[in-house]
Amino acid sequence: MTTLSVRGLQVELDRKTIVSNIDLELGVGQWICIIGPNGAGKSSLLKALAGIIPSTGEIRIDDANMRDLSERDRACWIAYVAQEPIMPAGMRVFDYVLLGRTAHLKMLATESPKDLEIAHYVISELDLDKFIDRDVATLSGGERQRVAIARALTQASPIILLDEPTTALDVGYQQEVLELIDRLRKEKKIAVISTMHDLTVSGLYPDHLMLLAAGNVVVSGSAEFVLTPENIATHYGAKVTVIAHESGPVVIPERNS
Amino acid sequence: MRTATARRITPFVWAISAVAVLVTLTLGVSIGAVSLAPLTVWSEISSNLFGTASNSSSSEATIIWQLRLPRVLLAFVVGAMLASAGCAYQGTFRNPLADPYLLGVSAGAGLGATIAIFNGSGTTRFLLPLAAFAGALGAVLLTYSLGRSAIAGRSSTALILAGVAVASLLTAIQTLLQQQNTDKIREIYAWVLGRLSTSGWNDLAIITPYILICIVVLLRYRRVLDVFAVGDEEALTMGLPVARARGAIIVAASLGTAAAVAVTGLIGFVGIIVPHILRLIVGNSYRILLPLSVIYGGVFLVLADILARTILAPQEISIGVVTALLGAPFFLFVLGSSKNGSVT
Repeated sequence: MTTLSVRGLQVELDRKTIVSNIDLELGVGQWICIIGPNGAGKSSLLKALAGIIPSTGEIRIDDANMRDLSERDRACWIAYVAQEPIMPAGMRVFDYVLLGRTAHLKMLATESPKDLEIAHYVISELDLDKFIDRDVATLSGGERQRVAIARALTQASPIILLDEPTTALDVGYQQEVLELIDRLRKEKKIAVISTMHDLTVSGLYPDHLMLLAAGNVVVSGSAEFVLTPENIATHYGAKVTVIAHESGPVVIPERNS
Repeated sequence: MRTATARRITPFVWAISAVAVLVTLTLGVSIGAVSLAPLTVWSEISSNLFGTASNSSSSEATIIWQLRLPRVLLAFVVGAMLASAGCAYQGTFRNPLADPYLLGVSAGAGLGATIAIFNGSGTTRFLLPLAAFAGALGAVLLTYSLGRSAIAGRSSTALILAGVAVASLLTAIQTLLQQQNTDKIREIYAWVLGRLSTSGWNDLAIITPYILICIVVLLRYRRVLDVFAVGDEEALTMGLPVARARGAIIVAASLGTAAAVAVTGLIGFVGIIVPHILRLIVGNSYRILLPLSVIYGGVFLVLADILARTILAPQEISIGVVTALLGAPFFLFVLGSSKNGSVT
């Protein structure tokens, strides 16, 4: 049983409050998606949870207080995939994915056969075998995202944070990456928190949406509850029509003239 | 299913490297004002180490043991240190232009040496390395404390900028001192340009322990240097204690560089040139790059020293001038010939 619980999380940068009063509970295999207008603090919230930027408030996983843990122990609980993961030129896909084992190695140790095996397993699981010797810097956007997710899976943490995993991708790759995340949380019971830009897409897979505006959660719940024309008008300043569809609410911006 | 393994140096490359080291060291001892046959060199060394018969004369033995061998080994050790320090800095700062003098090591050592030359007369020989070493370490500590407090160790840019500021300040102070004592500029200049002429085995014995420890520490961080390649934020979420790891790497690289500089003065370009050439051949993984930088940094400096001794024989050129003359044009050539200049 693994539950991430966050109470009263607050992020301040340069004495400005970026995010405040965040409460959330994330259970096994659950997917929470954070949406909100530009500058609402979506990425900052995710980075605070990942331990990249300082924050106050409570972050616990079951009985463990994340703030008491070393970088290594925290990484064993929570993995993070950046919006645009850095792909070091000249590094093979295999070497990149293998870096995910860092959290399970002593700092000065090198990988054991078991670590190599895990990397291979994840690579074949994600159907990346044909890329194994490719230079990561030469991959396309969708391939990069999949390779970065493979690295995070090699880390073997029960929780993965994904910052805008589909923003840079065209619709085909978008679908592929989202299907992959959905499969992983169902098959591997991995819990996911992602941020997302596209409102219609955000309603497709996640269980739960959190609408963030000016650093506060203003609406939280199912896609049908959060993605209403009123909420979007109030917090995005946009005039939209929302059509109910079997996959989820479809958000269409309206023309003014 | 195809299986891949972690990057490592192949037996073939180890073999080539071993041959390169042996050949270079032999050439270094053979070539000089009195040239010796490689066989003579080996029989003399083997007779001393293993008690086999030697076919060399006593004067040849003196040249080998008192002049050439300590100098060649000093060149190798210093070259290995400078190249591996440069390589480690490049990895931890994710900056291909980082060199062993990045954090003010050279300026600090220069100031220390200048002060020693002004104040000492007969004792200079003994004091100079100590003063240069203290200056180098002092500069790095100053840079590190300034850079850390700037953004609490979260940005490596702050550290590099602090290094630039500290170097400018210390160089200004050194220039000020020089202008007040113009009669000793020659002596200072000779130190700044770097030299390998030694007093037998002493210098080598003093610095080798430091350098050996520093190189061993850096080598143990070779996998960590690969983790740094994904950037500080991602490395942190992968479980790397970024600030602590970078701190340890900087301390080892700076301490070793300070030890090298203390004895030989400033020898430039080794820390940039050697890792860069290796990158073009073996790729960017520090698991391979770092050990090879140790080996070929040593080989490079021994070869450069042979040139320094022979080009204008019987005169000797400063080794720092040779590395710059060789290094700068070659560096530009390499940059220009690699496609769109992407050496990294």
